[in-house]
Amino acid sequence: MRWFWIDRFIEFESGRRATAVKNVSLSEDHLHDHFPGAPLMPNALVIEGLAQTGGLLAAEHGGFVERVVLAKVAKARFHFSATPGDTLTYRTTIEDINASGAVVSGTSSVGERLQAEVQLFFAHLGEDVAGKWLFDPASLLAMVQLLGVYDVGRDAEGNPLKVPEELASNS
Amino acid sequence: MSATKEEVFSKVQAALVDALGVDEEEVTPEARLVGDLGAESIDFLDIVFRLEKAFDIKIPRGELFPEDILNNAQYVENGRVTDEGLEQLQSRMPFADLSAFSENPVVQDFGNLLTVRDMCRYVESKVGAA
Repeated sequence: MRWFWIDRFIEFESGRRATAVKNVSLSEDHLHDHFPGAPLMPNALVIEGLAQTGGLLAAEHGGFVERVVLAKVAKARFHFSATPGDTLTYRTTIEDINASGAVVSGTSSVGERLQAEVQLFFAHLGEDVAGKWLFDPASLLAMVQLLGVYDVGRDAEGNPLKVPEELASNS
Repeated sequence: MSATKEEVFSKVQAALVDALGVDEEEVTPEARLVGDLGAESIDFLDIVFRLEKAFDIKIPRGELFPEDILNNAQYVENGRVTDEGLEQLQSRMPFADLSAFSENPVVQDFGNLLTVRDMCRYVESKVGAA
């Protein structure tokens, strides 16, 4: 199953912030059920897109070694529903990150219009699953490359982002 | 760094209102985080982040909630914390009132023990509140 709710990263500053875009299109099947004759991008999937943007940001910070899972949507506020033809811009910022997890704030906008605001909490799975990858490393690497993380990514010093050793060697 | 007990309570209250989506009036000193305010395990991580930010403190894993004792076979027998385990818990959690739990120390009930007051006492011990 494909579960991509962002199309591409357009900014990625390691450990700080990331921006991704999601193009809403009538060719997406789900819009024809939500709702027949009145297609609206489901806001739950806007949260998912923001979580993918912020979750990859948090995971990259830990070299993709930490197993990062969305644990809690602490806040979500929506101002309107996106419709086919809209490009949603998801901006996420790491507010706090430590060994146990990360707090990420995010916004979704269509052009200048603020569409949604969220606060997400990611947990790092504990030692009981240490050494186990949540995803096959080769698939994970292919996914982050497909999304353009290494095309636009910059490290904390502003240099082009590199594939972490651990991920590269396991792929 | 110092703060009054009222300031500590007020910030703890705000953190719990945000983390748990409860009303300010519900967050009384006596309220139990799990039993009364509906906190789930993942909420504790959220609460820890909020307290660290609000008070500019570091809360090491296991300090507020010593899971390692409850997972240690040395301190648990038939799902109950042993006397030795209770001593360990009390020494690690001087901020918590364990008297009620001690009467029937079923491990599963432990999560329901912590009150808002306990959490304030914990923060007071970290910030040296007067």
